Amino acid sequence: MSTEATPATDAHDDHGHGAPDAPAAGHGHAHPKWLAHHFDTPAQQFDTAKLGMWAFLIQELLFFSGLFVCYGIYRSWYPHMFVESSHQLNKLMGGANTIVLLFSSLTAALAVRSSQTGNKQATSRFLIITMLCACAFLVIKFFEYRHKFETGCLPGPYFHPHELSHGATLPGNAHIFYSIYFMMTGVHGVHVLIGIGVIFWVWRRNERGDFSKEYFTPVDLVALYWHLVDLVWIYLFPLLYLI
Amino acid sequence: MAAVTTPHTGHHEPDPTESYLGGETGIKSWIFTLDHKRIGVMYLISVTIAFLMGGVFALLVRTEHLSHGRTIMDADTYNRMFSLHGVVMVFLFIIPSIPAAMGNIILPIQLGTKDVAFPRLNLMSLYIYIIGACFGLYSMVHGGVDTGWTFYTPYSSSDPAHGGVGTPAAVLPMTLAAFIMGFSSILTGVNFIATVHKMRAPGLTWRRLPLFIWALYATSIIQVLATPVLAITLLLLTMERFLGLGIFDPHLGGDPVLYQHFFWFYSHPAVYIMIVPGMGVVSEIIATFARREVVGYMFVAMSSLGLALVGFLVWGHHLFVAGMSEYAAMVFSALTFLVAIPSGVKVFNWVATLYKGSISLESPMLWGLGFIFLFTIGGLTGLFLGMLAVDVHLHDTYFVVAHFHYVMVGGTVMGFVGGLHYWWPKFTGKMYDEKMARVGFAFVFVGFNVTFLTQFVIGSRGMPRRYYNYLPEYELGHQISTIGSYLLGLGFFVLLVMFIQSLRNGKPAPRNPWGSAALEWQTPSPPPLYNFITDPIITRGPYDYHLATEAELDEGWAELDARLAAPKKAHVDHDKPHAHGTSLSGDDATAAKLDADAEAGKDTTADPDGKMDDADPDAKPEKKSDDSDDGEKD
Repeated sequence: MSTEATPATDAHDDHGHGAPDAPAAGHGHAHPKWLAHHFDTPAQQFDTAKLGMWAFLIQELLFFSGLFVCYGIYRSWYPHMFVESSHQLNKLMGGANTIVLLFSSLTAALAVRSSQTGNKQATSRFLIITMLCACAFLVIKFFEYRHKFETGCLPGPYFHPHELSHGATLPGNAHIFYSIYFMMTGVHGVHVLIGIGVIFWVWRRNERGDFSKEYFTPVDLVALYWHLVDLVWIYLFPLLYLI
Repeated sequence: MAAVTTPHTGHHEPDPTESYLGGETGIKSWIFTLDHKRIGVMYLISVTIAFLMGGVFALLVRTEHLSHGRTIMDADTYNRMFSLHGVVMVFLFIIPSIPAAMGNIILPIQLGTKDVAFPRLNLMSLYIYIIGACFGLYSMVHGGVDTGWTFYTPYSSSDPAHGGVGTPAAVLPMTLAAFIMGFSSILTGVNFIATVHKMRAPGLTWRRLPLFIWALYATSIIQVLATPVLAITLLLLTMERFLGLGIFDPHLGGDPVLYQHFFWFYSHPAVYIMIVPGMGVVSEIIATFARREVVGYMFVAMSSLGLALVGFLVWGHHLFVAGMSEYAAMVFSALTFLVAIPSGVKVFNWVATLYKGSISLESPMLWGLGFIFLFTIGGLTGLFLGMLAVDVHLHDTYFVVAHFHYVMVGGTVMGFVGGLHYWWPKFTGKMYDEKMARVGFAFVFVGFNVTFLTQFVIGSRGMPRRYYNYLPEYELGHQISTIGSYLLGLGFFVLLVMFIQSLRNGKPAPRNPWGSAALEWQTPSPPPLYNFITDPIITRGPYDYHLATEAELDEGWAELDARLAAPKKAHVDHDKPHAHGTSLSGDDATAAKLDADAEAGKDTTADPDGKMDDADPDAKPEKKSDDSDDGEKD
């Protein structure tokens, strides 16, 4: 956080007077159009936005925490059922999705870097790759979900397993595993969808030329959000698919 | 994600002296406003409507108990009425009441800043609240809920439409309503945390923060950390009812006690979302009307954070008889007693502040004192319930009902209404009728105690809560309690009339009607769009009455503002800003130095002040230019 903030602050100080996109006002004092009226300095605006985003990410963690607690409790109660049910998940697809998301996190970080150096084209390119990865993730997830629907591995009353891989049979209460599976991956999937929407919006703003070396806060924040989405998956994958 | 930034929008800058209620008018200027004060006013109207609605439900419930057996409604309607009373009062009224409504207006002013950190996010949280409220109304139109405000599973989660054994009521829209309103609460919390950390005026150090800000800051931390857990819980409940997940329903292999753990992991800290801001209001009121700094300022400030912390560790005391392990119950019981420490710190410090203070008993002070009195009863009866052996007998009786009403009404509502009285002149620029305010307070205070002291008695004798009917021996108690609730309702009605009258033809409020030293009373009533005519530099704490000048206590900063409003007549006078600076920092020896600092600070900070830079540099007087004679206006 601080390492990223520092160059930003320096940049603001250096370009305090007559930065190209910062039309100076009557006092000869920099007042760029992206600086909201209630902030005194660009650095203050940047730090505030970042602090707000971290607070938001903390609440995201706690939002997911309820699901992780459910997972932990039911796994400790029914360890055998969890192992059996988890074998029905497609490790290949889950693994592929992990790689896709990790790669998208890299491109998100590169988008931040390129926006810090004022490289608009590269920023756009990295943002698009991030979005494409997110879409790829959802497509793979769709095929996984379809397979679960076909084999009846569904929550609650919809649980009628048949044609399972390895000719396995599932314990009667395995529907709880699939309840938790669908809730965890579903809530995560919604976050991916929201991420695509927000990255798209940031990409549009980048194309419009809203960002510069001095002002790239939205790119920075959307990348933070995207890393969190990625991070949650990094926990979901081993918990649901591997162990 | 709207949190990202707020681009600079306004091209024409507003008149720095024009009140936030003036300027643009019309419906669009309100629903699209980014001004925290207008958003706060809209919140205030919304929560007041919710409060009246919840109050009507409460009066219906009390009326039903007027006589043994059926009085005005059948048992099923009764169940819905008490549930709606709880849901509306908790989610639509109390949670947003002080932080989102009052805090929105006052927090940036007390911080000496122009707005909250994320104005668009602020407006969004209001919209989310309204959308959530619409879901709640939809549920009510479709019969409401009969689960109680706690939505305990499996009664709430097992849908008879899918062959379940639960309630047929409209649970889904109501849980979705609470789910959605939770995000409003979270976003407000995020906004306030960022605002308190990053937006304080120059010189406003953490040790000079008003205690109301400390309280809102602690509340915001709870809102950010606890509310998402409720969100996921209600989402699981919704999906369970909708799809039959089986996480909370024993028929499907789930665990209803897990639901209770999840629910109270939010809802116990939520008690502190409700009470801590009320304590913040009372700290402000006590300081102002005792004319002195709150004794042990740092202890009071830290006790807010202490409550926020301890509040997360005690949720289990709601589950003592729910089948939790006895060992866990012991731990939770012990932790519960810790709550008494920060609560006690506050009460003792307020009382110590009154000692040798110059107390004036204007109406806000009555509410403040009422808070201390009633909250103390509510808090001490909480200790009864935290004790394992006693709780077995008192659990789910009217004793519990009385206990949490003493905290929620005796505490939060007293704080809310007291704060409304206290800041009303600042919000609206109007004074209210002091006599009516006293009459209203008397009715509320007496009515409240008649209602709920009686419930302590019948509860300790075994009257269970939420029951439609009761044994004949409880009839007298119920009747007294119901009559008390009518007095209570009458008191609030008087206050409603009083505030409406004040809006229609109240006397114009001076800047500082209570003679407070705090920052929000230094700016005009109602404040201008950017809260202060000139950006404030803080040189003393909000309760430093020994450093405040008489001019500040009488008129706020009228003198300087008036001069700045007439810059054309300005000519150089190096002393005059000092005169104002002196009034900021007092007239002892250190003040002179602080003064110089303020002067220096002004030089460096006046320019970044965005409001002046863009449009009309002429309107801004040179920093050292003042009209020395024109200052006595206002």
